Amino acid sequence: MARRGDRRRLALLLGPVTLFLGTCFIGPMAVMIVFSFLEPALYGGVEWSFYHLNYGRILGWADSEWESFDPVYAAIFLRSVRLALTNVVILLVICYPAALWVSGLSARWRTLLVFLTTLPFFVSLVVRLFIWVLILRPTGFLNSSLIGLGLISEPIDIIFTETAVLIGMAYVLLPFMFLPVYASVEKLDRSLIEASSDLGGSPLKTFFRVTLPLTLPGIAAGAVLVFIPSLGNFIVPDLLGGAKVLMIGNLIEQQFLSARNWPFGSALSVMIMVVMFVLIIFYLRQIGRQGANQ
Amino acid sequence: MSGEEEARNQQTPIAEVREAVKRFAATEGGVITALDGVSLKVQPREFVTLLGPSGCGKTTLLRVISGLEELDAGEVLIAGEPMTTVPPHRRPVNTVFQNYALFPHLSVGDNVGYGLDVAGVPRRQRNTRVGEVLERIGLGGFEPRRPDQLSGGQRQRVALARAIINRPSLLLLDEPLSALDRNLRQSMQLELKTLQHDLGISFLFVTHDQEEALTMSDRVAVLNKGRIEQVGTPEAHYHRPATRFVAEFIGDGALFSGRIEGPTEDPVLVTGDGLRLAVALGTTVNQVATLLLRPEHLEAAPEAPDAAFGVIEVRLKQSVFLGASRKFVCCLANGATVTAAPTGAGAQALSRVAPGELVRLAYRRDQPHLILGADDGT
Ligand SMILES: Nc1ncnc2c1ncn2[C@@H]1O[C@H](COP(=O)(O)OP(=O)(O)OP(=O)(O)O)[C@@H](O)[C@H]1O
Ligand SMILES: [Mg+2]
Repeated sequence: MARRGDRRRLALLLGPVTLFLGTCFIGPMAVMIVFSFLEPALYGGVEWSFYHLNYGRILGWADSEWESFDPVYAAIFLRSVRLALTNVVILLVICYPAALWVSGLSARWRTLLVFLTTLPFFVSLVVRLFIWVLILRPTGFLNSSLIGLGLISEPIDIIFTETAVLIGMAYVLLPFMFLPVYASVEKLDRSLIEASSDLGGSPLKTFFRVTLPLTLPGIAAGAVLVFIPSLGNFIVPDLLGGAKVLMIGNLIEQQFLSARNWPFGSALSVMIMVVMFVLIIFYLRQIGRQGANQ
Repeated sequence: MSGEEEARNQQTPIAEVREAVKRFAATEGGVITALDGVSLKVQPREFVTLLGPSGCGKTTLLRVISGLEELDAGEVLIAGEPMTTVPPHRRPVNTVFQNYALFPHLSVGDNVGYGLDVAGVPRRQRNTRVGEVLERIGLGGFEPRRPDQLSGGQRQRVALARAIINRPSLLLLDEPLSALDRNLRQSMQLELKTLQHDLGISFLFVTHDQEEALTMSDRVAVLNKGRIEQVGTPEAHYHRPATRFVAEFIGDGALFSGRIEGPTEDPVLVTGDGLRLAVALGTTVNQVATLLLRPEHLEAAPEAPDAAFGVIEVRLKQSVFLGASRKFVCCLANGATVTAAPTGAGAQALSRVAPGELVRLAYRRDQPHLILGADDGT
């Protein structure tokens, strides 16, 4: 029967990816989930006994006493979510009009500009962020030019603030918003916009009734692709936020590298993963619905 | 000009295009002149067809009227108002697009109701009107469907419904029937005519199918390379084409260019290769002209033709059965092809001729149309 041959071919085709994901992705993830329910050992590593307070600590109860409620980690988590969402909004506002503009250019310019947005990937992330440190610090390029122009007399405090973190994250993640949004704007059939204005739709109504709904899949993809790395990011807050703007990513990094509390770090990671998982499910369902419509 | 036509011409036209010029920058460099000084009027309740080969500027002319394209020179007036500064969404015209351009994310009902929605028509009223229009074009109850769940013909109807729901004073139709098969196209032609009559609005209809243009229109404008060659009734185009291009584009027939010579009582057209064709008495001699011989002008020559006839000697190539009639494809001495489609006794006489035989064909010398002036080279 042809069936058996088919099956063997399928095994050959899917074998490598299964092996790779199994050993490098699912395995470590399982370890992480298990660790998140274990007791921290004194100098890193774990004690093999069930321990629920890793999650308790995230919510604000560091021990079994109910009085000691202090949601400091929950607050960091919420701040991370807030910053990640803000970053999504900022990038959307920057990238959507830019994508509309680029898609209206001639083919040569379009290719060039799309290529340019990926150019930063050729330089190390740390180097690029360090340049931002040089720009934003009190004696940096930004402050000296503002003072030089006479707009301010004292350097403004921008480095090691949330603003600096947002600038850095928007900068790092811009291509992840621009490319999917551009892809959907580019695909948009211009004759539909013309049909709308022919039928009496003003530019604003045309935008909200035709352009936006038809490019929603790109916006959703961009939002998810930006939100997830924003939430888990620790390099940007580390370099541009200093010790002041702690995000969940920094917290996890600290738990593994300095505090040596692997189970707590694992619990934090699991939590981020759950949030992202929910988001991706939501996104896929949205895409599925869009697909069914078109 | 008939009385009715004259009365029409005194009204303000629904739409008027004056000396329109539109150029595009070609990607290869250089300039394409899509409209080269086009002037056209559409009167109230009139069905005007723009006819011309692919790339002659038909779509561009419609887009200029609807405002989707700006003119480089000239102007567009709608109901007497200059439209130069009026954006497309404020112009009282609607378009049925060449590719329909239905909104893929909206249902049929929302597509058709789009014009009412953006105009802010209350929901109840809007739904009733959408229902009515869909009913009118034979798609009652199709509101919840998606455009991709429709056949080509149904999509075409939805595009039509969407464009007429706002009751525009002028409807622009860009080859709306070209994607449909022959039978569907013929029934839609009739339906469109009826619809135009019932709505009482003007249609500016684009096609590159001459038959469609002739059967549907009050007036036809033939467009070639961004210029209007002739505007007039279908009959005028068929019987009295103004240029060689129109003569070639509309209907069948053979064209002969040459000089009018000979005595005034027997003027003949002499072509470059020496063919002599009798033309109508009274034609001014010593000028260049083009003679259009339509198949129905030709029949088997009588034994002794009198001076009212022109006679040509041809070799029969093929006799083609057409159902109700026959046509006879023949070859002239200079290699040119003429087709004869005589009726009655004339047809019988020709049916007895075997392919390859020589035969004499005759035409009444005052019947074929003579296009005076130099051959325009197309
Ligand atoms: N946006 C544009 N940019 C450049 N050239 C254009 C543009 N639109 C039209 N043209 C050119 O203008 C000319 C007229 O085009 P138009 O679309 O009006 O032709 P058409 O008569 O509608 O042809 P068809 O029957 O094939 O639809 C063509 O040579 C076309 O290549
Ligand atoms: Mg066209």
